[in-house]
Amino acid sequence: MKKIEPVNLIFAFLGGIVLLFILGPLISMFIASSPQEILETTKDVEVQNSIWLTLLTSMGATVVFSIFAIPLSYLLARKNFYLKNLIIGIIDIPVVIPHSAAGIAILGFISRDTVIGKAASCLGFNLIGHPISISIAMAFVSIPFLLNSARDGFSSVPVRLEKAALNLGASPIRVFFTISLPLAWRNIISGLIMMFARGMSEFGAVIIVAYHPMITPVLIYERFGAFGLKYARPVSIVFIGVCLIFFILLRLLSKDRKNA
Amino acid sequence: MLEIKNISKNLDDFNIKDISFSVNKGDYFIILGVSGAGKSIILEIIAGLMEPSSGTIFLNNKNITNEKIQKRKIGLVFQDYAVFPHLSVKENILYPLKKSGLEKKEIQNRLSQLADEMSISHLLNRKPDTLSGGELQRVALARTLALNPECLLLDEPLSSLDIQLKNDLRGLLRRINKKGQTIIHVTHDYEEAIFLANKVAVINDGKIVQIGTPEQVFKNPKTKFVANFSGIKNFFKADIHTVENDNIKKAVINDKVTVNLFTEANSGNGFVIIKNKNIIISNQKPNISAMNNYQGIIADVLPAKFGVEIIVDIGILISVLISADTLEKYNFSEDKNVWISFKASSVKFLHG
Repeated sequence: MKKIEPVNLIFAFLGGIVLLFILGPLISMFIASSPQEILETTKDVEVQNSIWLTLLTSMGATVVFSIFAIPLSYLLARKNFYLKNLIIGIIDIPVVIPHSAAGIAILGFISRDTVIGKAASCLGFNLIGHPISISIAMAFVSIPFLLNSARDGFSSVPVRLEKAALNLGASPIRVFFTISLPLAWRNIISGLIMMFARGMSEFGAVIIVAYHPMITPVLIYERFGAFGLKYARPVSIVFIGVCLIFFILLRLLSKDRKNA
Repeated sequence: MLEIKNISKNLDDFNIKDISFSVNKGDYFIILGVSGAGKSIILEIIAGLMEPSSGTIFLNNKNITNEKIQKRKIGLVFQDYAVFPHLSVKENILYPLKKSGLEKKEIQNRLSQLADEMSISHLLNRKPDTLSGGELQRVALARTLALNPECLLLDEPLSSLDIQLKNDLRGLLRRINKKGQTIIHVTHDYEEAIFLANKVAVINDGKIVQIGTPEQVFKNPKTKFVANFSGIKNFFKADIHTVENDNIKKAVINDKVTVNLFTEANSGNGFVIIKNKNIIISNQKPNISAMNNYQGIIADVLPAKFGVEIIVDIGILISVLISADTLEKYNFSEDKNVWISFKASSVKFLHG
């Protein structure tokens, strides 16, 4: 029998504790709820609505902000310019600040007395408590995942291939869409999935800009506050299930597109 | 046609200094130099991938120094081919044609013509990661030739291929050039220069040290660097003849001198190369097993980096390298009658 190195054994033991740390609470939550409770929860219209809202606002945030984020990632990967490192630092700010603080910052940015708030009022709606503000809060905290992943993707595309395309008579914009983007696609997809998933799970920033309509993380918090652990748990289980299904589906989709 | 005037480029750790040369339509121009001499940088500057610090580039009398890469009409085949990995062979070749303004039918015709010429018709639906180095090279060539570039730039096109593929591709490049395609090719291999070029520029440490025909450059090196770098003076155009029932072939040089050699070629023309350090010189006909023995007259005695170079006229001029001691001992001097000998196995033949 092949001899196992003691050091590998120690590392495997330490790693096992980390895995247990992640899986333990989740498994115990599943064990503590009966299948009937979970089934009942899936039929709860309030839960259903909140899940749809969470999915749609996070997806909307991901799609809309990717239009701005992907070109910026390309610039950061390819060009050297003044204050580039500062911009790279700014991108990571949402990751390091408390999300409730991020929510306060966004609230100040979109409230009725700001330019954006006034513009929304002119169009006949109030951003605070609106799904758009939920999307903005989600995007604020999750956009670094897309920016950094897409930047890594563009950096991994050999410059030589872009130069070859230019040499073959292609315009820079054609080179971007036909060479750089398809070759960085896996990282971009991965970034989009991470941004979408991170947006869906956001609580701190969203609850400050929109308690209502309720996204699922807020609903879980509300049920916990009003009715206790027993009522918050099944909603959490259903939502985790939905998140996992989406996460797995999108990962599979990105694998199929690996040659795109 | 293409004129490079006083091009310099200052990089952090390397400089290209005052490069000037001109290439005529239909030329096969080879830039020869060791690795790191600055050959690829010159190609990148001509193609527009890199801006020169100073100097100008003219193509058909038009200043293209600051012209956009995509407008230059200069095709570059990269050393590692740069075939787009996410596109099929067909899509790679069609890439420059798609926005060329040609009609669909013309594009299809061009695709099949290029695929035929490069012998890659059977690979059109394959992805690049399933191709060999030689096949990738052909795809890259087809793709670059698709737009009929005024000038084709090749960066070490044969360096990573095995001998058989090298011979095939060398023949292909020659055929492309014979059809009128102007080519600038950089390499560190003097055999490529002898075989393909009608003009050679030798570059050393970012500077061109000699330009001329292969004969001018190799037979009359202007600097020690050129002499030492190539180390080859005995190369001649020759016709191969096969003698029945004999595995030794005969190469006839200038209809004057016949040389015995081993080669797989049975007929046709090409180049014969005999390294001067492999030739023995003596005062009398030597009694040795070498199959090539010729009587001749010493035409010149020249100092060389290591020893002395003796030029012997045997109907063609042959360079022989000997030590200074040998020169003194055997008293070789101009106009003296001597014999030279070399083995059939020390003769190299490059097929034409």
